[in-house]
Amino acid sequence: MTTPAVRLTGITKRFGPVIANDTVDLEVASGTIHGIVGENGAGKSTLVSILYGFYSADSGMMEVDGAPVTIADSAQAIAHGIGMVHQHFMLIPDFTVLENVMLGAEGGALLRDGKAATRAELLRLERDYALDVDPDAVVGDLPVGMQQRVEILKALRRGARILILDEPTGVLTPAETDRFFDILRGLRAQGVTVLLITHKLREIMDVTDNVSVMRRGKMVAHRRTAETTREEIAELMVGRTVSFEVDRIDAVPGPVAMSAHGLTWHDAGGVARLSDVSLDLRNGEILGLAGVSGNGQSELLDILAGIVPVQAGRIVIGSREVAAQSPADPAQMRRLGLAHVPEDRHQRGLILPFDAAENSVLGYHDGPRTGDGRLLDPKAMHAHCAALMARFDVRPGDPRQRAAGFSGGNQQKLVMAREIEPEPRIMLIGQPTRGVDIGGIAFIHAEIMARKAAGCAILLVSVELDEILALSDRIMVMNAGRVVGEVPRAKADTRRIGMMMAGVAEDSAA
Amino acid sequence: MTRLPAWADYVLIPLLNLALALGVAGLVVLAIGENPLHAMRVMIEGAFVYEGALGYTLYYTTNFIFTGLAVAVAFHARLFNIGGEGQAYLGGLGALLVCLALDSWMPGPLLIPLAIAGAAAFGALWALIPALLQAYRGSHIVITTIMFNFIGAGLMVAVLAGPLMRSGQSNPESREVAEAARLPFIHDILNAMGFDIASSPLNLAFPIALLACFGVWVLIWRTRWGYALRAMGQSEPAAVYAGIPVARMIVAAMAISGALAGLMAINTLLGAQGKVVLNFPSGFGFTGIAVALMGRGHPVGIVLAAFLFGALFQGGTELDFEFTTITREMVLLIQGLIILFSGALALMFVPWISRLLGREGGA
Amino acid sequence: MTWLDLMLILDSTLRVATPLILCAMAGLVSERAGVIDIGLEGKLLASAFAAAAAAALTGSAWVGLLAALGISVFLSLVHGFACITHKGEQIISGIAINILASGLTVVAGVALFRQGGQTPSLPREARFPSIKLPGSESLADVPWFGPFWRELVSGHTLPVYLAVLAVPFVWWLLWRTRFGLRLRAVGEMPVAVDSAGISVTWLRYRAVIIAGLLCGIAGAFLSIAHGAGFVREMSAGKGYIALAAMIFGKWRPWSVFFACLLFGFLEAGAARIQGVALPLVGEVPIEVVLVLPYVATVILLAGFFGKAMPPRALGVPYRKER
Repeated sequence: MTTPAVRLTGITKRFGPVIANDTVDLEVASGTIHGIVGENGAGKSTLVSILYGFYSADSGMMEVDGAPVTIADSAQAIAHGIGMVHQHFMLIPDFTVLENVMLGAEGGALLRDGKAATRAELLRLERDYALDVDPDAVVGDLPVGMQQRVEILKALRRGARILILDEPTGVLTPAETDRFFDILRGLRAQGVTVLLITHKLREIMDVTDNVSVMRRGKMVAHRRTAETTREEIAELMVGRTVSFEVDRIDAVPGPVAMSAHGLTWHDAGGVARLSDVSLDLRNGEILGLAGVSGNGQSELLDILAGIVPVQAGRIVIGSREVAAQSPADPAQMRRLGLAHVPEDRHQRGLILPFDAAENSVLGYHDGPRTGDGRLLDPKAMHAHCAALMARFDVRPGDPRQRAAGFSGGNQQKLVMAREIEPEPRIMLIGQPTRGVDIGGIAFIHAEIMARKAAGCAILLVSVELDEILALSDRIMVMNAGRVVGEVPRAKADTRRIGMMMAGVAEDSAA
Repeated sequence: MTRLPAWADYVLIPLLNLALALGVAGLVVLAIGENPLHAMRVMIEGAFVYEGALGYTLYYTTNFIFTGLAVAVAFHARLFNIGGEGQAYLGGLGALLVCLALDSWMPGPLLIPLAIAGAAAFGALWALIPALLQAYRGSHIVITTIMFNFIGAGLMVAVLAGPLMRSGQSNPESREVAEAARLPFIHDILNAMGFDIASSPLNLAFPIALLACFGVWVLIWRTRWGYALRAMGQSEPAAVYAGIPVARMIVAAMAISGALAGLMAINTLLGAQGKVVLNFPSGFGFTGIAVALMGRGHPVGIVLAAFLFGALFQGGTELDFEFTTITREMVLLIQGLIILFSGALALMFVPWISRLLGREGGA
Repeated sequence: MTWLDLMLILDSTLRVATPLILCAMAGLVSERAGVIDIGLEGKLLASAFAAAAAAALTGSAWVGLLAALGISVFLSLVHGFACITHKGEQIISGIAINILASGLTVVAGVALFRQGGQTPSLPREARFPSIKLPGSESLADVPWFGPFWRELVSGHTLPVYLAVLAVPFVWWLLWRTRFGLRLRAVGEMPVAVDSAGISVTWLRYRAVIIAGLLCGIAGAFLSIAHGAGFVREMSAGKGYIALAAMIFGKWRPWSVFFACLLFGFLEAGAARIQGVALPLVGEVPIEVVLVLPYVATVILLAGFFGKAMPPRALGVPYRKER
């Protein structure tokens, strides 16, 4: 057997009390595409960050091409022929492609000489790997797929023979993903070793030669892709047979609780993020909103919640009509019976330095939760929060603990608890289980179902297609700010929705 | 995240910062060739022991409570109000205009509240423009408040050397306000009650400052508005999500901050001096930053920190008399060091103390 | 107004603008690397004092300049230690430096010279002399060019020429060198720089050191070239005007240079229009003219003439681990 490109032995990394990597072993054969899968928070990103010198391991050994190495920073990783394409691109938007590619490999103290050499090298790489981009384009103006190519070119320009890709397809449509996989196969053909980090099983099965599975900081299995199945990998990822099966409660949809008509929204740069989006949300049903992230779902949630003002179109809740001339802020939307579980609990759903009690009144601080008098009543807030935490099984059930101190699942339960408590007639729920452990997922899904049974109208946004399929009664698919189509639950399957996510309209997809 | 127990956070760290600042200042004194302990004793005597010294110390404390509260209120909304100096200056103009217009006939009990309101209103007004620009145009409030300090200073020179200049005077300063507009001196009050107290500029503005502290505490920690303010300061996206009107809150927080800074003027104009002189805030607005930082944004801490700075300023003047080689600017040096240690280097000691206390430091 | 008058006004404009240009370039280099520099004023003041004190003690302007560079770089390093190494609040650190400088200069001045915080008046040898360029006398009678050469170009002290040279130098450094590419990158997106294997910390330290050097020259100009000794609070807000000019010029060297000249022109002109009735507006108080730079900057910040976009990572300490 040939020498592996990368061998990691006993890698351990702690962040405070959390063990992100627990004695992890990994062997990556040279010239292969090797997948590392695991749920959010399983420790994949930490592991490759250690390999790339972003973090240093507390213990463990690393070998590159058979030789033991220490990698204390990215410069050393680059020197060992390791390149990395991060989940969030490391590109400077104001710089040109050429400048971005040059950064860190300028080829001399003056830019003049290096520029010509880099340009020539870029052209060669573009030819060899079929990765064409305009070297003089400003990166901020390029579409996401192009930016990703720039990232790959950057790594190759530095002589990377081992290329780490961290969740590279999260921003791509299925079609773009397929093109991207062709690029990876091309790289492999040229002898580059590819390490692909993902939580998507389809990608693993499609493109990898070998796969390693991580769960809760531990490496749990290595498989040849040809010798395993999707189901086996899924089971290894979560530690038991996965089912996104939810005990469904079928309710008869009631009248329309909230409707949107022709919502169109342009961002500060004048780019249309939403084009003519309309929907009806009925009592006692869950409408799932599927789509690759960044296709307008977040903007739609923000507008419906009153966070972003309506520019064109209107929202109707009962007799209230919200439009550009008659705006409503989130506080008014709440008074209309709408609750909102935001997509990003760290940024929006919670104030991390505040304690649980203070967080349990966020958005409701003007109401009775903060006491009956003119002044805040901390005792009442604490009592109220303790009751809420008990009911929603938030642990530890201490209202004085800071939000930052809870685990992801418990943070999310706290947000859900706060939003469900007033028994809203309408709920907007974004990414309800992102970064939540399995037990938490089941609890949260059951709560959502219970709200539906109670007659609440629910709009569910999730990047996890399986979650959408499991919970929704109807599924609406968005692409590039438009509604591509709508599929009833009975007719929905991954392939069909996937086509629609790529922008292929209903009729032609069928 | 490394977290310290509250007592370390609120008591140990500020004391450590103070000790460090005094230590560095002591080294400077040593380098000058004087005995730091002697200098220290002179300052302590100057601040507390001599006749009327404590009164002077508390007089300065009053200024620092107002400017410290001003910085703290804005800071709870994560706004950096560096314009306390200009707001205090303009506050003086506000109170002065009320007095000039009304003090010929209006009795004190009516005039004084009006003059106080004038100081607060003009201070608020001077904070309002940067606040509006921050809230609705996204202009960086640090830069605009700095600019407004200079614009305010220019305006005040123009006014004090122009229309409001006291006739028959060559210095740019206003006329004295009528006796009715003056806040009573504490020593007068206490002497009337039979205590024998040395005279000092300490006046009723001091209890007003303490009242303001209590008011700020209630406002920030016991009102729904204060909750919204703190939420906004900790996380603006969360505040927007919660439906807190961020732009309006910025304007309101800055107006309150400016009003508190403006109130500093009543201590000098209605209290000690009875007139507005050129550059009367003399850096006290900036000292408010040190006070707020050291007091950790809490009114109780601010009173203590203001008292410390009051003592330093009063004690510092004594240095001028006692030494030929050390001047009161020593206090500026200490102030700069305290801002450096308790503000800019605030995180330096945390992991270190955390280890010392046997707590696991975070990654 | 004659051609000669114009040359004289521009000459004094350049003189007034010299510390502004140097400090604004300092601020530009620092802020392009992502480190806010409110402490320009303090560095200017401290280096003005150090220059005068060292020149007074040794009788050499060059030693004065070295001392100015030394103290200014030292304060930059303090700023760096707080903001880069310890990730402290950059604005607070800057304010601390300004207050420290205003205390320290007087304390040290009194201790050294016992003149109430001033340094002794410096003799000619301990100052930077005016440099007479060749031809300033012989060509003086050539129309147009003569007055231009003699009044505007010739006859300045060394720091004035350094200030004018600093502008193309900073432009070249930031846009034509490897260091500059990295420095601008670190002000926009430090994590990308780190990921490219370049030290964010060291880059930012180099930026603040360059800022220190430029401020040091500016301080030396005030006390040992333009002036003949140090007086209390000699910087008189020039560091803040430079900050305003840097923002007004939108962090671009040539625009910042012209902003400095504009602000310098206002100040130089203010002295001339005092008591003079202007057309349309009548007599303008000098204070009004002197605050114009600040007013103009506020109006710019309000977005009324184009948006000033600061570097994206300005003021944000770089934390590797979350």
